[in-house]
Amino acid sequence: MTNLIPPAAIFIGGALFVPFLRGKLKSAFMLLLPVLAFVMLVKMPEGKYWVVNFLDYNLIFGRVDRLSMVFGYIFTIISFIGILFALKVQDDLQHVSALMYAGGAIGVTFSGDFFSLYVFWELLAISSTFLILARKTKASQLAAFRYILVHVFGGLCLLAGIIIYIHDSGTTEFANIGLGGIASWLIFIGIALNAAIPPLHPWLQDAYPEATVAGAVFMCALTTKSAVYLMARTFPGTELLIWLGAVMTVVPLFYGILENDVRRVLAYIIINQVGFMMCGIGIGTQLAINGAVSHAFCDILYVSLLFMAAGSVLHMTGKIRCTDLGGLYKTMPLTCLFCMIGAASISGFPLFNDFISKSMIISAAGHEKLSLIWLILEFASAGVFLHVGIKVPFFTFFGHDSGIRTKEPPLNMLLAMGIAAFLCIAIGLFPGRLYNLLPYPVHFVPYTAAHVTGELQLVMFGGLAFLLLIRSGYYPAEIAAINLDTDWFYRKGARFFYYVMDRGLNGLNAFSERVLACAVPARLGQLSRTPISSLVTLYMRATGKGSAPEAFNKETRPEETSLAPMGTAVFLSLVFVFSLFVVFAFLG
Amino acid sequence: MKRELKIFDKPENVKRFLGFFYVSLVVLLIVDFFIHKHADFPWEGAPDFFAVYGFVSCVGLIFIAKVLRIFIKRDEHYYD
Repeated sequence: MTNLIPPAAIFIGGALFVPFLRGKLKSAFMLLLPVLAFVMLVKMPEGKYWVVNFLDYNLIFGRVDRLSMVFGYIFTIISFIGILFALKVQDDLQHVSALMYAGGAIGVTFSGDFFSLYVFWELLAISSTFLILARKTKASQLAAFRYILVHVFGGLCLLAGIIIYIHDSGTTEFANIGLGGIASWLIFIGIALNAAIPPLHPWLQDAYPEATVAGAVFMCALTTKSAVYLMARTFPGTELLIWLGAVMTVVPLFYGILENDVRRVLAYIIINQVGFMMCGIGIGTQLAINGAVSHAFCDILYVSLLFMAAGSVLHMTGKIRCTDLGGLYKTMPLTCLFCMIGAASISGFPLFNDFISKSMIISAAGHEKLSLIWLILEFASAGVFLHVGIKVPFFTFFGHDSGIRTKEPPLNMLLAMGIAAFLCIAIGLFPGRLYNLLPYPVHFVPYTAAHVTGELQLVMFGGLAFLLLIRSGYYPAEIAAINLDTDWFYRKGARFFYYVMDRGLNGLNAFSERVLACAVPARLGQLSRTPISSLVTLYMRATGKGSAPEAFNKETRPEETSLAPMGTAVFLSLVFVFSLFVVFAFLG
Repeated sequence: MKRELKIFDKPENVKRFLGFFYVSLVVLLIVDFFIHKHADFPWEGAPDFFAVYGFVSCVGLIFIAKVLRIFIKRDEHYYD
């Protein structure tokens, strides 16, 4: 393997040179990195290599098999598209972070051991945080802070699980772990957080809409999908994932319908789409795993296409809320076309890429006779069309005319969208090329008459429902508001926690000071100075036999007592101890 | 000023688009009767099942979302 460079190293090493380059050279260099990584991927044979011995453990940077290869390809492709989209951004922080981020995702994909996996995993979290910070608004700073805190929590869960796993098994290498025992649960929670499995999902819809226009394109593609890869690697066939996935497909739909920020609508759809993948991984049959992996591949293309279209609108108009937008097809027809291709793809229209991937997962649920899951997934498929397929293009580019007159985004952004749109359609038309890359042999035929009409009926009649409801005024109006999600627990909960701690601990502190530092020493001082009168007073108060004489209470000088002075007893004790010392030391 | 697209500003174009949409719905409903299906579940093979399910799902989704909004809607500055 001496003639090959690990693809992750190309991105991470390349990122370090970006700040030193200028102009066209910089653009060419950045675009060259994913191309070089792709060439390496094509040349990399299957197997385990790039093994480095570290502290008696093996770090494996090249676990190459069919599963990791698919994710390697798509991460590299989307990095190229993302870099092209971000080419005109005059901010090295974003370029470096994005390249590091891509390197982290590819590093996770090819890691064969927990040590290197964890390092790349944290690199993902840290580098993506800078893509939010780079927006440089107050909201983005706060969102980035919440984002990194949540990911640190997830990372620590993963780390704790890894440590226990290594302690129990004696090896850092991992493959299919399966749920059982504390180590696997902690690892599962760590991965589930990055996969945005409820209730650990709200970081996604909180942070992505606050990221920079270009940063969001990388974010929507990399974090959740590298978690999907890892879940497929470590927990295939885990039944819990089927149910969690089913919940993921449905719940975000409601939020998507109500949400006003277009990029937040798209953030919710990511959770929904990852839900399909989790279902597939949970079902665990060859067809289901193939479905989950191909769905991740397709999802990266159309979700980033939608984020690029929404980002272009934000870039050109400075607005991203449904209530502020509308009628943009007049001045941004190409962006509108690309957005509609993304919308058609995500909705599962035949001839677009989602049709050939999502249907594998739903068919796998059918073959396993999981009737409820099948019904939920079909429900969610119809809902996706409503949630994104219609809503995003309609309220942004059609709907009421907002009066905004702008123009198309720069050529590089259009080209990036064009490539993603082309791939969405090309894979939809010729699924065989993608099917050949999947982990298991594919015997699935997407284009049957029954499947095509069934899918068309599902989405078109969903569209009819939208049309009838919006015309009759029953469709929930777009309003400038936010919707509570589980992040409420830490956003409001943190304030409540702070209040409780402030009142509780500071209260306890004040109480302790009053009692231990003031009251008790004062009473003890009084008792030692005036033992008799104090005790007599106490006795009288306790028994209720009259009240203590005034003189007793006012007495401040030490009282004369008939007791032997303390000094005599101490003196006698010392004499006794000294005589014992003499007896044992000299006579014993 | 660049040329603007205005196709949906004309009501007859919107009408034409909707007409095409409704016709395609009817065609889909009819075609489904002539298609052979390999169903995993009994209901899946029923004629026009997906049309009914898609429509009912989306209506249900919208109404549940409307109810949900009563509970989860907050002012935009709620967290500030």
